[in-house]
Amino acid sequence: MTQTTSAIRLQRATKVFPAAGGGTFTAMREVTLDVAPGEFVTVVGPTGCGKSTTLALISGLEPASAGEVAVAGTPVTGIPGNVGYMFQQDATLPWRTVVDNVALGLRYRGVPKAEARERAQEWVDRVGLRGFEKYYPHQLSGGMRKRVAMAQTLITEPQILLLDEPFGALDVQTRELMQAELLRLWAGTGAAVVFVTHDLTEAIALADRVVVMTAAPATIKSIVPVTLPRPRDVEAIRLDPAFLDLYREVWDSLREEVEIARERGARRG
Amino acid sequence: MADVGIAMVDNRPAEITLQPLKERRWRVYAGRLVLVALWLGSWEVAGTYWIDPFFYSKPSLIWQKLVDWFTEGTSYGSIWLQISYTLQEAVYGFALGAIVGVVLGVVLGRSRFLSDVLAPFIKAANAIPRIVLASLFVIWFGFGMSSKVATAFVLVFFGVFFNAFQGAREVPKVIDDNSRILGASRLQMMRTVVLPSATSWILASLHTAFGFALIGAIVGEYTGADKGLGMLIAHSQGTFDSAGIYAAMIIMTALALLAEAVLTLVERRLTRWQPR
Ligand SMILES: Nc1ncnc2c1ncn2[C@@H]1O[C@H](COP(=O)(O)OP(=O)(O)OP(=O)(O)O)[C@@H](O)[C@H]1O
Ligand SMILES: [Mg+2]
Repeated sequence: MTQTTSAIRLQRATKVFPAAGGGTFTAMREVTLDVAPGEFVTVVGPTGCGKSTTLALISGLEPASAGEVAVAGTPVTGIPGNVGYMFQQDATLPWRTVVDNVALGLRYRGVPKAEARERAQEWVDRVGLRGFEKYYPHQLSGGMRKRVAMAQTLITEPQILLLDEPFGALDVQTRELMQAELLRLWAGTGAAVVFVTHDLTEAIALADRVVVMTAAPATIKSIVPVTLPRPRDVEAIRLDPAFLDLYREVWDSLREEVEIARERGARRG
Repeated sequence: MADVGIAMVDNRPAEITLQPLKERRWRVYAGRLVLVALWLGSWEVAGTYWIDPFFYSKPSLIWQKLVDWFTEGTSYGSIWLQISYTLQEAVYGFALGAIVGVVLGVVLGRSRFLSDVLAPFIKAANAIPRIVLASLFVIWFGFGMSSKVATAFVLVFFGVFFNAFQGAREVPKVIDDNSRILGASRLQMMRTVVLPSATSWILASLHTAFGFALIGAIVGEYTGADKGLGMLIAHSQGTFDSAGIYAAMIIMTALALLAEAVLTLVERRLTRWQPR
């Protein structure tokens, strides 16, 4: 413990999966990354490079094959109690209504039903789903389900927030709305955020640092600090000349990797 | 001329689509009715003129038997007593088999280790011709109700068990992960994720399971009992009363259909969350 403890610390973390046809597949190779408490880090990289795998390691859902993973100074062995994780896929419970889905984390922590419902209702309002609390997930649009997932993740006030392409499936207007909403909800919580996205504009607009990953196996190619002032207006910020410079820097770094990944895909296909 | 053609098309779409549908439904019902009339009628005629109703019975005799049973009772007491006896056995066997089947199926479905250890034994137990167990149960538990409940139980258990097992295995990984991240304990996981996720599978098995429970109860009674529909069948067979066998069969069928209707209601209630 030299200075303050990192919220998230990856030390040469490596993940090897058993491959489909026997043998192994390295999804992550020696990733080293520190995220400070209250820091917002976005991760970009070519598809299939190992971004989701990185989040799975931090969340404790997958053990690292080699290297170290620590959350709030404690090595990750199981699922740490203070982690929130919004998955790339839809993960709401189809048999629970919106409000009961949002209340889930509180119920699991032993909060009485009435109180959990009440607090869930506040979150339902906050993500703009008032009037839909009695709906089942299949009665909602994709974007609305994402909001449910966001409320479900945030209600337990996690100190570590892992978001895997949370707004990937949304239309542009809703996405910008949700980005602003996320920044508003996150501000002042002191939560460390790791946010995976394919959208460079989003990556830069939200982040304190943008992490660019290489084509599989994922390693960190470069880290671009974003010093734009907060609070930010996600819509206005991309007209900022500084933003354009950042965009160019991130894109230059990413482009090579995307091309490598594309070539590999072409060769395989 | 062209005007007339357009006007005709525009004016009639509602009738054009509705009328044939309604008509079709009536024709389906009428078709069924004709089928039943043909079947019963030819049986009645054949039983009267060509084949020996002593062996094959005929609809009017079966009807007479049913009327006798319900107005005067059977030679072993009221028909309602027999029905309630059989029904109780079936319901107890069904409830026990369903509960044990669901609990074991779900627990094993969630535990790789346990299911790997127990797999060969379960396969072997499933391969046993379970009807034969009815004889064994009569020796073990006597002629009373418990031997029939046991027979119904083994028939129900396996069907429910295998479905619950499969259902518990097919929880989508991301939903499982999500609940773990949200802090679910093993027990909370079972209650809020695994069981609801397996409901469709379990309910599907329960539909056939009640039929099996009835069969179990009746085979049990047939093997040795002093009350119940199965005993009536055994007795009818002993006295060459084929109408009695048919009559008992009809009562059993009615019971099974009734149970099916109840289960459908329960299913509706439990799967409200599913898209329809
Ligand atoms: N459980 C697993 N078993 C085997 N291979 C896996 C497993 N999970 C992921 N992989 C492989 O690891 C690689 C990285 O997967 P990952 O999901 O982390 O990619 P990603 O960067 O999140 O991609 P995307 O941007 O498309 O979501 C992929 O090639 C994938 O096939
Ligand atoms: Mg991914």
